[in-house]
Amino acid sequence: MAERYVKVYTRFNRVWHWSQMVSIMLLFFTGARLLGLHQIGPFGLAVTVHTVVALALLLLWAFATFWLFTTEGWKQFIPRITGFAKVARFYAYGVFKGEEHPYHKTFERRHNPLQAFAYFALKMALFPAIWISGLLYLTYGVWGANDLGSAMLTLIANIHVLAAFAIASFVVVHIYLLTIGHGFREHVRPMITGYDKIDLCPEGEAYFAKQGKLKPLED
Amino acid sequence: MSVSAELAAKAAHMSDPVVESTADHSKFDVLKGPFKSGPEVTAACLSCHTEASNQVMHSVHWKWEYQNESTGQTLGKAHELNAFCGNVASNEVRCTSCHTGYDWEDVRAPMPDDPTKVDCLVCHDTSGQYAKQDNLAGNPPLEPVAEKAKTITGKAAWAVDLIKAAQSVGPEPSRENCGNCHFYGGGGDNVKHGDLSSALFDPTPHVDVHMSKDGANMQCADCHVSDKHVFAGSRYETDVVDPHAGDMKPGQPREVASCTSCHTDAPHKGPNPILGMKLNDHTDRVACQTCHIPEFAKGGVATKTVWDWSTAGKLKDGKPYSEEEFVQSDGKHLHTYLSTKGDFEWGENVTPYYAWSNGVMTYTLPETEIDPTQTLEINSIGGGAEDANSRIFPFKRMIGKQAYDVERKVLAYNNVYGPGNGTALWSYFDWEKSLKAGMDYAGVEYSGKFDFVSTYMYWPITHMVGPEEEALKCDSCHAKDGRLANIAGVYMPGSGIGIGGKLGLVIFLLAALGVAGHGVLRLFSKKGAHHG
Repeated sequence: MAERYVKVYTRFNRVWHWSQMVSIMLLFFTGARLLGLHQIGPFGLAVTVHTVVALALLLLWAFATFWLFTTEGWKQFIPRITGFAKVARFYAYGVFKGEEHPYHKTFERRHNPLQAFAYFALKMALFPAIWISGLLYLTYGVWGANDLGSAMLTLIANIHVLAAFAIASFVVVHIYLLTIGHGFREHVRPMITGYDKIDLCPEGEAYFAKQGKLKPLED
Repeated sequence: MSVSAELAAKAAHMSDPVVESTADHSKFDVLKGPFKSGPEVTAACLSCHTEASNQVMHSVHWKWEYQNESTGQTLGKAHELNAFCGNVASNEVRCTSCHTGYDWEDVRAPMPDDPTKVDCLVCHDTSGQYAKQDNLAGNPPLEPVAEKAKTITGKAAWAVDLIKAAQSVGPEPSRENCGNCHFYGGGGDNVKHGDLSSALFDPTPHVDVHMSKDGANMQCADCHVSDKHVFAGSRYETDVVDPHAGDMKPGQPREVASCTSCHTDAPHKGPNPILGMKLNDHTDRVACQTCHIPEFAKGGVATKTVWDWSTAGKLKDGKPYSEEEFVQSDGKHLHTYLSTKGDFEWGENVTPYYAWSNGVMTYTLPETEIDPTQTLEINSIGGGAEDANSRIFPFKRMIGKQAYDVERKVLAYNNVYGPGNGTALWSYFDWEKSLKAGMDYAGVEYSGKFDFVSTYMYWPITHMVGPEEEALKCDSCHAKDGRLANIAGVYMPGSGIGIGGKLGLVIFLLAALGVAGHGVLRLFSKKGAHHG
């Protein structure tokens, strides 16, 4: 087994990640303006930006979902039990002792079990909650006539805001975890260059070399 | 001369200029006078317009009576009590000076069925010199004009030329016709409504974008469409929503005085399509007026906001006095105390009071039992968030203090006007006598014990719409303690953080704390996280 830098993140993958990052940050900022957490910029501008960016992100998600299901990328996100306890133990204990991270990335499974679980929850619960509630909110004009007293709209808005804070919490932990192990820059680089350190058997090495997905060894 | 030639003797010929109207009233012999009184002019009008008086006599303008079908209440000036001068009964010739008729001297009975008593000129005069005197039960000042006589707009009275007025008549009332009564309701310029003042005779677009000559230059009657001399629009049953939006043919005048009858309920196109859509989403819950009339009493004419009757009657050296401590933006001093009327406050550019409204007002009628320990609502606004036909609507909330019968717990009629009658408050400054006379006149039982109760009276604000760029901005309401902070039953983002937000904040803070704690532990753990 050898560790080699393999092109794990395709260009679409990286564009997806970073445009999602920018959109979500814009949505946090404008959403907080609408919620009343800050007063920067006019309310109407925040409504416009929030709506446009949300619709653009939904479009991106539609593409990403299509891409995941046509490239088998979706399998990366299926959670599993194997190794879960080890990783959990590492973050709760081992990391303070200077232990090595127990999980080694493979090409097929670039997420550790804890990570996979978190992304699964994000994609299956939080993201649907935020965009379903968001679309319902946006289309209030269509169904609002049946919501005298605004009980439905209030419920939808509260779900939207709650989901937003949950996603914000995910982002905080997500960024923090980049500082563990080989350090922040080391963790961010693969999402920029596309190459990540992967355990490869000689056959795998030969395969990726042939595919042109292997970063040449430095002299 | 043949019969037809004789009939057509006054007809204009092709060599004459084409004029707007099909009848030049100055050509009619019957209008050449002389006229000794208003009713004589009306008789002349009726010689052609045989049905006109009967139409007028079926209107609120004439009857001062309004049957509110939704509440079953009989309202109208002849029946209700308000937070201004209080009641018409016993004060007639002063109050009925604005009546669209002549000689209504006792409102306890309806006006007699006399077609000549209808005042055609007050609405149809275009000579500009017709006027009603302020204490002649609707009659104009005629030669010789009494000393110190005033018109209903407060000007020194002049002798009206009835012939000139009669020959000048036009089809639809202009804003001058309407305004000479309606802009002076409550006893002075803009006193009562707050959104109807002399500023509307020639307003800037800022004051009223519809009526401004630099705006749409509309007349009152353009919105207050009339049919058989009955006008659309009511403060008893306001068209908060347009009940006829779908059942009118194109080009037909909408029989309603509502914004949506012209503008539809989805008028917003900008500033961008998304905001346009979001603004249109508001119209099912927020009345147009709420955002588009951010303030009333614009254009430099203040409105009365507080009228405290309880202090009326004070004298200095046995003589009535006045204080003029409110300075209007044009420098004019307005009375803040009058021995005749009590204490006042005024306001210019006033922020409205907002409430859910379906337009239907329920009144505290003369025999309604009141609770004097609470602020009494002279009229309460119907509707609410659960009602599809209600909207958040702006009002002028008039604050008052009015006399009531302490034992019977009913509002009291006052007799304020009546020089020489021995009881009128404005002449004799004695509440005991004034109230006794008022109650007796109205035929209402009176214990003789009175006090003053705090009151609110609500006046829908619907005029003085400004240009669109002056409409309220989002965060006038979408903010903490915004304009609609007292409104329940509607979700307003930005006005406060709900349960979802609070729970979310806790989760977020726990995550941040967890991460911070984890980081600190890593920093201080012996071997640290910086391996390799």
